[in-house]
Amino acid sequence: MFKKTLARLSWVDIFLRVLQLVAAIVIVYGLVTTFTTARYSSEQWATLAFAGLAQGSIYALIALGYTLVYGILLMINFAHGEIYMAGAFSTVFLAMYFDRNGFLASNPLVAIIVLILFSAAISSGIAILLERIAYRPLRNAPRLIPLITAIGASFLLQYTFRGLFGSQFRSYPEVSILRGTWTILGFNVPIVQPVVFLAAVSLMITLYWYVERTKAGRAMRAVSEDKAVARLMGVDIDKVIVSTFALGGALAGAAGVFNGLFRPQGVFFLMGFFPGIKAFTAAVLGGIGNIPGAMFGGLLLGLIESLGPNAVLEGLGIPAANQLKDAIAFTVLVLILIFRPQGIFGERLAEKKA
Amino acid sequence: MAMLEVKDIHTYYGNIHALKGVSLEVNQGEIVTLIGANGAGKTTTLRTISGLLKPRQGSISLNGEDLHKYPAHELVYKGIAMVPEGRGVFSKMSVQENLEMGAYHRNDKAAILSDMDYIFGLFPRLKERRRQVSGTLSGGEQQMLATGRALMSRPTLLLMDEPSMGLAPILVEGIFDTIEAINKEGTTVLLVEQNALMALSIAHRGYVLQTGQMVLTDNAEKLKKNEMVQKAYLGID
Repeated sequence: MFKKTLARLSWVDIFLRVLQLVAAIVIVYGLVTTFTTARYSSEQWATLAFAGLAQGSIYALIALGYTLVYGILLMINFAHGEIYMAGAFSTVFLAMYFDRNGFLASNPLVAIIVLILFSAAISSGIAILLERIAYRPLRNAPRLIPLITAIGASFLLQYTFRGLFGSQFRSYPEVSILRGTWTILGFNVPIVQPVVFLAAVSLMITLYWYVERTKAGRAMRAVSEDKAVARLMGVDIDKVIVSTFALGGALAGAAGVFNGLFRPQGVFFLMGFFPGIKAFTAAVLGGIGNIPGAMFGGLLLGLIESLGPNAVLEGLGIPAANQLKDAIAFTVLVLILIFRPQGIFGERLAEKKA
Repeated sequence: MAMLEVKDIHTYYGNIHALKGVSLEVNQGEIVTLIGANGAGKTTTLRTISGLLKPRQGSISLNGEDLHKYPAHELVYKGIAMVPEGRGVFSKMSVQENLEMGAYHRNDKAAILSDMDYIFGLFPRLKERRRQVSGTLSGGEQQMLATGRALMSRPTLLLMDEPSMGLAPILVEGIFDTIEAINKEGTTVLLVEQNALMALSIAHRGYVLQTGQMVLTDNAEKLKKNEMVQKAYLGID
């Protein structure tokens, strides 16, 4: 019995097992050393966790766009990071205008909602255009082709924005009501973090309700399962695909404004690249094509990225661990692809293809 | 004038010439069956009528109206519904959601609800499982669901592709009884079957398809007695 199992093991399996074991040992060792030496107070951990959740909710919103499109077309829209950038970038001008004429100070809540809607509209519009111009003509092409087109489209968007507005950073104006801190569970947290988190989560709940409870959402799920049968039921597939792109774009646009409020670095033409890839990581982490998976994956990635450097890397004695945030995110991607390619909530691909 | 008139259609899969001039007619109130061996083009014929495939030549008309100009998703408004091969239930959706998909093009909420009750009367099994995810249903239950879903669109013409496929004989009988019952209530049925004996026992007329061409048509009783049909499709020497 045991011998048989042994005979079936290939060198690849053994290599992967060893890799898994090493990864686990390294992570546990890092955690143990960090926590036995008690480098940080619980106050500091809480700060990191809240920041991670806020950042993670932004990843989650972007990740939903990847996952929605993948669910319907089995295609990774690699220009999605640029759709996010387009909304965030365009809206910075409106935000600066609102700041100058005092609207942002006198009516902050209304102003922010207008900014979110504006950004969502821009991103959504660009997503629709992309689908129409770049992806629809290639819908029956081999799957690699639209992927290449997506990369082309993302360069086009990046350099259009660079050409129009230059390559400098522009910051969102500070909103006075988002300054200051709240006390949550006894910890002082910058107001903007829970606000971004709650706003993002309410958008996600709305999306979930839309997909699960409305007729249009049902049509979307039908198209994702079987396009031919959905057509027989009277579903216009093109309309559903366009609305999927629009929805994903709108969420990315909203995420763009949240990011502007939350991070002081500001916007510039390449800002979509990293969040784009990280949100893709989040979508894969949760199980690509799975909506709750993208939400959960985003939040989890935000937390891992925020807590990971201090919790694991410092324990291993790596200097300046905080600068390795991005490395952590991509290590997660690689580990997921090796050990659980279907993600946390995903089903096996074979099932999907059948 | 026949309700459905298919005239000399040629359908291709890429370069493969699958239907080489198929013609058939279905009259109001009939059950017409299309029999033939594997690969004869039965499913292709149904998929062409339902608009999923576009013929390169020939015409399809319903009640005298040419269907050529309508994309597949608009044919349901014309009264055509299909139970696809392999049933095609949305396996991640609940039974009820599948039925609601059948009524996707309708907006009369009250009538949809009463139609759903009618379907549950026809298939009490589905009522018991209305909240269940459809992928977990048995083959027979999925066939009921696919049939019920097609009926939810209130079709005047129901296209059925191999409803007996993969089902135990006792379930097959149940399905065929249902088809007869549906037909008696006024729905015209075009039935594609490999189980020729069963199909001919409920159909009024039949067509025999061979490698993309119609080779024979007659009323069901005569087809059953036809020597060629007996040999090739009924297993009688």
